[in-house]
Amino acid sequence: MHEWALAEAVVSTALKAAEKERLQEITKIKIVMGELQQIDAEIFASALKEVILPQKETLKNAKIEIKAEKAVFKCRVCQHIWTFAEATNQLNEEESESIHFIPEISHCYLRCPQCKSSDFEVIKGRGVWVDSIEGEQ
Amino acid sequence: MDPRLEIIDERLKEIKRVIAITGGKGGIGKSLVASTLALTLSKSNNYRVGLLDLDFSGPSTDLILGIEGIYPKEEKGIIPPEIYGIRFMSVIYYAQDNPTPLRGIDVSNAIIELLAITRWGRLDFLIVDMPPGIGDATLDTIRLMKKTQFLTLTTPSIVALGTVKKMLAMLKELNLPIIGIIENMRTAKSPSIEGQINGLDVPYLGAIDFDENLENSIGDKNRLLETAFAQRLREILLRAPQFKLNIVSGL
Ligand SMILES: Nc1ncnc2c1ncn2[C@@H]1O[C@H](COP(=O)(O)OP(=O)(O)OP(=O)(O)O)[C@@H](O)[C@H]1O
Ligand SMILES: [Mg+2]
Ligand SMILES: [Zn+2]
Repeated sequence: MHEWALAEAVVSTALKAAEKERLQEITKIKIVMGELQQIDAEIFASALKEVILPQKETLKNAKIEIKAEKAVFKCRVCQHIWTFAEATNQLNEEESESIHFIPEISHCYLRCPQCKSSDFEVIKGRGVWVDSIEGEQ
Repeated sequence: MDPRLEIIDERLKEIKRVIAITGGKGGIGKSLVASTLALTLSKSNNYRVGLLDLDFSGPSTDLILGIEGIYPKEEKGIIPPEIYGIRFMSVIYYAQDNPTPLRGIDVSNAIIELLAITRWGRLDFLIVDMPPGIGDATLDTIRLMKKTQFLTLTTPSIVALGTVKKMLAMLKELNLPIIGIIENMRTAKSPSIEGQINGLDVPYLGAIDFDENLENSIGDKNRLLETAFAQRLREILLRAPQFKLNIVSGL
């Protein structure tokens, strides 16, 4: 349940932002979920609910919006661009699990389909990101 | 906003002291000192000790301690497995034996991820084995693990000393706590560096001689603890008030 750790991180971030912006209440949290980290959306959503529960004051009416983002890679050597969907057949279950914990581990197990380099950039869809927080003062 | 940055303090909250083993150059014994220090602290005072290997491109504390076949548990995050009384965290759980060709930004991202998901629990000491120099791991340690104290290593070589001086200058400029400097791999012919670091205002903790038998003891923690290297390190720790080490028999 590594999703739990990330859910806690999202809630901490929201609470910090609320404090900084002097929000009495947070009404919306927009989260982007990068495909590479392969977050289980259901576990993540239920972890979020549970982590939010004790924060009644600030977060009781918060709407959570989760947007999935496809992962895209770009090779630094030959400039080739490809998607995670095209690459997943290179991975066994254990490797895929390792990337779930630390997305950078993809450099151990994935290669550019064109030139076989491991020197690529994840240009989109790496992991969990808080896109925006809305609330009332 | 990167949510991971906000949770790291929380993850480190129950750790009393974080000690990073640093040095300007590679191959000067940082990983040996980090591993032996973790073992010694956990054995001597029943301290609760964690060991974090932040050398992602050349993790070696697992090799030094002969750690194999363990894996963290998932429970609202990652719980580092305990071995020889040490909670041990390293990128090897995920990279296995594969090379990890990471660029700076990736190293930094991986460090943030690891710190954000690892639940150390209560620790007296977290020992951090650093890669050489003042690159990403050092900068992220300074940025993210705010309570880190630095234990610096050098060899008697002018080359190592010159670089470590720069690192110390940086730490001093940032007003970061430096436990002191240990001179490693001293030989009969080496001039002592003690005089050469006088002007730095950094405690000189002592010297460890070059130990010909050390290499043969790597991978076996009992033999490692019996080496002259480990005994000498322990003497240095006993003398250094920062570790409050008790004299316990059976070591
Ligand atoms: N006092 C010593 N006597 C003899 N050999 C030593 C001593 N200290 C370290 N070594 C040896 O030096 C080598 C390098 O040690 P170690 O891996 O701990 O260095 P390091 O500073 O962590 O290197 P890196 O910067 O590459 O991580 C090892 O083979 C180790 O056995
Ligand atoms: Mg090392
Ligand atoms: Zn390529």
